[in-house]
Amino acid sequence: MHLGLIQLIERAANPGQFPTAERMIRDYATALLEHQRAFESQMGNKVSSPEQGTKWNGPAIFVEDVYKAFGEVQALRGIDLVVERGKVLGLLGPNGAGKTTAVKILTTLLRPDRGRVLVEGRDALRSPASVREVIGLAGQSTAIQEELTGRENLEIMGRLYHIDAPTRAKRADELLERFDLVEAADRSAKGYSGGMQRRLDLALSLVARPQVLFLDEPTTGLDPRSRLGMWEVIRDLVSTGTTLLLTTQYMEEADELADEIVVIDQGQVIAAGTARQLKNKIGGDVVEFEVVDRHRLGEAAEAVKSLSEVGPVVESETFRISLRVGDNGSGALVETVRRLDAIGIHTEDLGIHRPSLDDVFLALTGHGADESEKTTFRGRRKAGRRNR
Amino acid sequence: MTVSNLQPLVALDLPSPPASTRFKLGFFDMVTLTRRDLLVWFRNPAFLFFTIIQPIMFVLLFRYVFGGAIPVHVPGGYVNFLMPGIIAQSAAFASFGTAISLARQLQRGVIDRYRAMPMARSAVLLGRLVADTLRLTVTVIVILGVGYAVGFRFNNGVLPAVIMMIFGVAFGVTICTVSAYVGLAIKDEESVGSFGLVWLFPLTFVSAAFVPVQSMPGWLQAFASNQPVTIVIDEMRALALGGPLALHAWQSVVWLVGIAAVFIPLAVRAYRRAG
Ligand SMILES: Nc1ncnc2c1ncn2[C@@H]1O[C@H](COP(=O)(O)OP(=O)(O)OP(=O)(O)O)[C@@H](O)[C@H]1O
Ligand SMILES: [Mg+2]
Repeated sequence: MHLGLIQLIERAANPGQFPTAERMIRDYATALLEHQRAFESQMGNKVSSPEQGTKWNGPAIFVEDVYKAFGEVQALRGIDLVVERGKVLGLLGPNGAGKTTAVKILTTLLRPDRGRVLVEGRDALRSPASVREVIGLAGQSTAIQEELTGRENLEIMGRLYHIDAPTRAKRADELLERFDLVEAADRSAKGYSGGMQRRLDLALSLVARPQVLFLDEPTTGLDPRSRLGMWEVIRDLVSTGTTLLLTTQYMEEADELADEIVVIDQGQVIAAGTARQLKNKIGGDVVEFEVVDRHRLGEAAEAVKSLSEVGPVVESETFRISLRVGDNGSGALVETVRRLDAIGIHTEDLGIHRPSLDDVFLALTGHGADESEKTTFRGRRKAGRRNR
Repeated sequence: MTVSNLQPLVALDLPSPPASTRFKLGFFDMVTLTRRDLLVWFRNPAFLFFTIIQPIMFVLLFRYVFGGAIPVHVPGGYVNFLMPGIIAQSAAFASFGTAISLARQLQRGVIDRYRAMPMARSAVLLGRLVADTLRLTVTVIVILGVGYAVGFRFNNGVLPAVIMMIFGVAFGVTICTVSAYVGLAIKDEESVGSFGLVWLFPLTFVSAAFVPVQSMPGWLQAFASNQPVTIVIDEMRALALGGPLALHAWQSVVWLVGIAAVFIPLAVRAYRRAG
């Protein structure tokens, strides 16, 4: 699908074929919308259908007005979260934002000072034991027993969940298969790579097929390839209907995996919504292109000026022009092509993109974060850019 | 997304399982973790070193290197004097494994994960202590085997010999409860190791383990002859070699029970709070 878009844009950039390109872009937009609607109604159905064994019809995770302080440090200052069944919530925030604290409260490892926490309808404060029946947790550090093999680790988890021996063995095989650990299954986990350890750790949290899964920074410390592998595994997992709350410091990750994103900073929710909504919040789409004939850069900027409220950004060293065009990205793209075509300016690399979550994050937290955190995020943002 | 527009949610009211079921499952959990701890112990060369090789080295070292220079007045000479002391010292040093393993599990998040699972909270500590009991038994038997090879003999009958072994293991397990607390309270693997040396070395060496207390200067004697390690070792010697049993017997039991009674609750509390 995205390959299609690239082809379209390349054609659109080629002035001769413009009328066809316009129609194709419109078709593409319509198809995307339909896809989105179908997806949403499908998710909607899943939410209303009752799960086996429970009478609960509310959200899988419900957190209301939760506070937690460690002495002087206010780790959480009134957090609200709702996650519907089968959805993925990305809890996004910088170091010290309170992500781990939130996960620990949801998984009954910590008691909040105040507030209400329900997981699958079970009250984490009043009956934590019943919450533990339905959750899985893979914490920020991997909790595997390094001296033992992958299979032995899974076996012990199975025993601790009181699963009978044949089911246990089957489940271990299944998980080893699914997480690409079959070859390493009978080697001691000490020799596993970081990525393999993470995968084993995730597998361990799935032994009892939890209804709600918590992953605290599942890809922190992984190299880009292992991270992609992990994303794939998580996506796969979510497609089977598990509710997932994952925390991350990486905007890309939340963007890739989460249905909904909650941004927290200094113990408070500072923004919530889908990746799309968050991005719209800070300025919508950006149309960007490079002018082939360098002398006509100014002329091109003049031609498209009226498409953007804030005016085009012209980078004179790279001959790139970018325009913030608000919500109507494809319309503006088409109009850009039309205008440049009319005055015979050739472009390269013409495209439309939405602001990255890094942009969102900086815009939202820039004021509150302390200096060291700001620099961390600047650095990361640049790195993120380079990957794109 | 906002909470305010939802109807008030009422939590499910789920019955908790009866106490008998919980007890049974808790027992299973303990057995599982005992097995795990033993498996880890077998796989870990450092643990094997502490529980088997080091005791053997100590037996040989004291028997052949230091032993000749230490005058003792027990039937059978220094090797008979030495064995109960070596058993107690090795049992105490074996508790390093307990402290380090618990600190490591805490540091790595293993314990957090267990605490988020529907398993008995006491299982991690109890499983650990049961595994320790088994591995201490192995250590005691290995030491006695080596001891027999280098001339040690029980000369007070079978039953006292068995009771002596039980004392040795019980002493080790008691020290393990202290180490469990230390491991869970300090939480850092490396510090736990160094701290272990700080309290275990003086406690075991400033005792009647390797030399008669009478050979120490007066101020040290006061500590050495009244501290629990000496009392337990004196009792073990009396059991192995003959001599008055009664006095040290009840003193030892009081010490062991007293230490466990203080440190088990402390360890449980540290376990609850950890994380
Ligand atoms: N056990 C604790 N004792 C004291 N302070 C704590 C404790 N746990 C967390 N904090 C503090 O609470 C705040 C939130 O910590 P938390 O671990 O939840 O952040 P986080 O978002 O998970 O950060 P990171 O990305 O570094 O994992 C921090 O200021 C932290 O120092
Ligand atoms: Mg964290």
